[in-house]
Amino acid sequence: MPASVRAIRDAVAARSVSAVEVCRAALDRIGAVDGALHAFLRVDAEAALGRAAEIDADADLRRKPLAGVPVALKDNLCTRGLATTAASRVLEGYDPPYDATVVGRLREAGAVIVGKTNCDEFAMGSSTENSAYGLTRNPWALDRTPGGSSGGSAAAVAARAVPLALGSDTGGSIRQPAALCGVVGFNPSYGRVSRYGLIAFASSLDQIGPIAASVGDAATCMNVIAGPDPRDSTCAPAAPEDFSAALTGEVKGVRIGVPRALVAQGSDPEVISAFDAAVATLAELGARIVDVALPHSAHAIAVYYLLTTAEASSNLARYDGVRYGHRAETATLAEMYERTRGAGFGLEVKRRVILGTYVLSAGYYDAYYVKAQQVRSLIRRDYEMAFEQVDAIALPTSPTPAFPLGERTSDPIRMYLADVFTVGANLAGLPAVSVPCGFSGALPLGLQLVGPAMHDAMVLGIADAYERVTPWSSRAPAIPPR
Amino acid sequence: MPRSFSRDDVRAIARLARLELSEAELELFARQLTGILEYADQVRDVDTAGVAGVSAAGTGAPMRDDEVQPSIPRDDILRQAPGTAGSGFFKVPRVLS
Repeated sequence: MPASVRAIRDAVAARSVSAVEVCRAALDRIGAVDGALHAFLRVDAEAALGRAAEIDADADLRRKPLAGVPVALKDNLCTRGLATTAASRVLEGYDPPYDATVVGRLREAGAVIVGKTNCDEFAMGSSTENSAYGLTRNPWALDRTPGGSSGGSAAAVAARAVPLALGSDTGGSIRQPAALCGVVGFNPSYGRVSRYGLIAFASSLDQIGPIAASVGDAATCMNVIAGPDPRDSTCAPAAPEDFSAALTGEVKGVRIGVPRALVAQGSDPEVISAFDAAVATLAELGARIVDVALPHSAHAIAVYYLLTTAEASSNLARYDGVRYGHRAETATLAEMYERTRGAGFGLEVKRRVILGTYVLSAGYYDAYYVKAQQVRSLIRRDYEMAFEQVDAIALPTSPTPAFPLGERTSDPIRMYLADVFTVGANLAGLPAVSVPCGFSGALPLGLQLVGPAMHDAMVLGIADAYERVTPWSSRAPAIPPR
Repeated sequence: MPRSFSRDDVRAIARLARLELSEAELELFARQLTGILEYADQVRDVDTAGVAGVSAAGTGAPMRDDEVQPSIPRDDILRQAPGTAGSGFFKVPRVLS
């Protein structure tokens, strides 16, 4: 059975394997591993097999760029006819009347949607432990988190249950779980991919992107999902690049900046040594390594939590029991709002709604919200200045490998610091990829490459060149039965 | 600016957010909000004189022609509602007692 996105598509196009056979294999694999992992909240075998049969029967569909490729979707992406909850009780049973733009594009490209993956509730978290429907386990070590918030998508790809999944990234939610699960995750430039149909968390940062076993497969997906969308006014009107064509394996003369002072902050020694080795590999390939400084990134986590909680408190106001989802039955409207939200939201979501409401409240708005927006400008300016000297910036994706389940759930700030290297790209709207770069014991580590806005293809090109000469992406975990 | 939050402070914020919290949640959030804001206070020491804030990462909202397009059918939307009345209405509990 072909394994990569490209190999599956070509085999289905050539009729050497049927889309139905590929789909059955994915469903079998999900059946074999998901009892241990709980990467999926919902698997729709009937619809997936039905769509696969349609593709087998249609010569035009079989030539599409993702013909017969099984895809898993983070459960904050709206799917018509397939319940979508964002891992929240407040949306239990919600059956969206429309597809997200990216979902429609995947369907048109011949992809077979097999199910919805677990995540932190409303994408708020770094470990997938904040799901209202139970946690997800890391395929490399079942007692550890897969990262988050797109932990189910990353675990599903790492376990080779599907070759491709979509996640969303507000502060690292694609890249960090990809790193912790040993797969590739890409956060596109802000505006490169439509967010229509993505359940909003913090709209000035949210992006949708692919998680795959290789950079090449992530690029193939980007060619399908990127591009302008009249339904999302924040989506860039310019036609996207050809992401696959940028994967030349060539990085000679490419200037890569390393912010040493930032990397040294709070990273595990094994993370730093794997990162140093990855930078040395890029230098051997002909890249020029340059020291850069991102001084205001020291404040990135603080800025991130002030701005994202403010945006979330506003975005989540819509969950009031009126139009969809859970409703608490009460005598008055005001009670209905309060009880619906009190019963429907989990602890982390409540914590952020409270913090965000405070940050936006009279008397504190200037001190926190406006001030954080100004520091966001400075963080962004640091990146712009660095990109005058370099083409891309290298960082570890996560300061630690996958952490034990339960270790950080009672300490919000410690959990938030898991995103110390990833939030910068979101605050500045930049494309950033995580590619496997080694192991700490049995636990995978990720190298992150960040580029200037709308230079997504170049960032993927550097990651692909690195991947070609290293063994890490090709390793898969052996999942013990449970 | 409260340097530390009481349960009543959290209760007042929760009321603004229309969010019912248990006594245990009020207690927990009072303690955690104090800690989180202590950490977040670092932004107040950054020199931002003359710096304009950014509200979004992108380059602004591009304009497009406003053409009439079909929207999602009304019944498809109403089917998701916990309460409806007649044809085309969301039904909610009484607003005034």
